[in-house]
Amino acid sequence: MSSDRLRRRHAVTRGFRLLCAAVAWAGIVILAVLLFHVTREGIRWLDLQFLTEFPSRFPEQAGIKSALWGTVWLITLTAGISIPVGVAAAIYLEEYSPRNRLSQLIEVNIGNLAGVPSIVYGILGLVLFVRFLALGRSVLAGSLTMTLLILPVIIIAAREALRAVPDSIRHAAFALGATRWQAVRSQVLPVALPGILTGVILALSRAIGETAPLVMIGALTYVAFVPEGPMDAFTALPIQIFNWASRPQENFHQLAAAGIMVLLVTLLLMNATAVWIRQRAERTGR
Amino acid sequence: MSQGSTAKPLLAGAGTRKSRTKEELIRFVLFLCAFLSILTTLSIIAILAWEAYSFFREVRVLDFLSGTRWTPLLEPRSFGVLPLVAGTLQIVIGASLIAIPVGLASAIYLAEFASAGVRRALKPVLEILAGIPTVVYGYFALTFVTPLIAAIFPQTQIFNAASASIVVGIMVLPMTASLCDDALRAVPESLRQGAFALGATQFEVTLRVVLPAALSGVMASFVLAASRAIGETMAVTLAAGATPKMTMNPLESIQTMTAYIVQVSLGDTPVGTVEYQTIFAVATLLFAITLSMNIIAHRVLARFREVYE
Repeated sequence: MSSDRLRRRHAVTRGFRLLCAAVAWAGIVILAVLLFHVTREGIRWLDLQFLTEFPSRFPEQAGIKSALWGTVWLITLTAGISIPVGVAAAIYLEEYSPRNRLSQLIEVNIGNLAGVPSIVYGILGLVLFVRFLALGRSVLAGSLTMTLLILPVIIIAAREALRAVPDSIRHAAFALGATRWQAVRSQVLPVALPGILTGVILALSRAIGETAPLVMIGALTYVAFVPEGPMDAFTALPIQIFNWASRPQENFHQLAAAGIMVLLVTLLLMNATAVWIRQRAERTGR
Repeated sequence: MSQGSTAKPLLAGAGTRKSRTKEELIRFVLFLCAFLSILTTLSIIAILAWEAYSFFREVRVLDFLSGTRWTPLLEPRSFGVLPLVAGTLQIVIGASLIAIPVGLASAIYLAEFASAGVRRALKPVLEILAGIPTVVYGYFALTFVTPLIAAIFPQTQIFNAASASIVVGIMVLPMTASLCDDALRAVPESLRQGAFALGATQFEVTLRVVLPAALSGVMASFVLAASRAIGETMAVTLAAGATPKMTMNPLESIQTMTAYIVQVSLGDTPVGTVEYQTIFAVATLLFAITLSMNIIAHRVLARFREVYE
């Protein structure tokens, strides 16, 4: 009798394990379905002309040239501003800050900022950069908005990378007479660099796909030119995809799918780079 | 945590006065960068408060919070936000119905059953799912999920809450799974070993020992996931529609708070009018809800970490 019960208890475990495994692997199935659907819809439109033509109201002539260049401008400027500021903030919090209420407040605040909906950042950018600082609906206004959006992500990742650097390296530098900045710049930062880079790339790949803040600050949906400076109006890949997807015609949906393919390939390349940097660092470093 | 204070330069007074000034200057610049985060929060609050204040001079707060008709752009105008809240709630409930059970089960599999090799294979998939832009999920909802639902329920509208809920659920799933996974793995091994020694099976250990011990962390992850679903914008804008109404029928078109903000900013509502000011009132509500949920969740997580680490 009792062995019957035991057998039943073990059967429950096996069933439960199977259920959990099936659910966990469902993620792969969803990913596969999504990629398959997008590819099937978009592959027909994805050719050289798609990359080199401006948007058009005729699907056959439409392309993503302005969106692609807009995204390149946006991400380059965002990276240029957010990386130095984010890494500096992380260095302060990890290497300098005294353990007082202010630094605790900053820490909690960064955690909460990471959870603020991206559309709220869009409103911040609209009022602060577009109107108050009179930057207009420019690439610069977009980049500054994106910078505020991804700063918490960069700071959190960079702090983790700095925290992983053993204290012995700092002690050794100090023992040789280095000041704190000298120790940080020439000893701690180089060791933490791969970790920081990985975090930065992941943060930037989030910025590439963000749509809502750009809609808020008024990135245009029809742009037939490539931005030539930071004050020019612009559109971006996700905006173009949103615009096509929100039209009723089937052909534009398929153009959106082709745009998504370009976006996903870009993201995949960035993620692969991040993984590559991480693995190379693990092999050669520590 | 290796806070800066654990390692200090031995010769604090070393160096010339010039180099000491330089050190101080660098320290100050670094501090400014960190302080920027506080400034960001303050500007968000200041902007929302200021713009919402001018809205609430025209519309009574109570009318805004308790009104059941939201027609700010049409005559007769009415500024009751509840239909937008109801739409958002519907998305959150639908998304939670997917993300909570699936996320928790995935986390249990990752933390309690899976081998190290399987973990290494599954984790990147979750990361990729988490990294897919929301506009892509919106497209997926519109062109794949909605036709699928319509094939089962023919009365489904082109824009409907169900397909948006499903993709938002998929979207917050990786976050739920990875936070639950963290919570489960933070439970000390000794608790499991103790239960096994008393003859419990893996199922009993997981459900009666590990899960209760990790409960606060798991709950916090649910709150964070819900807060994320509330703030989600592009998928609901594309797939859930632009019809603010009080309904619990998931097959109908609705509108969320975030989708309304997008609708106004894409339209040609003149800046400075009450109609335009509505987006700040709605954004203030959105910000207040998500911020309080995030603060609660982070508090719970911090206390949870104290217990086990």
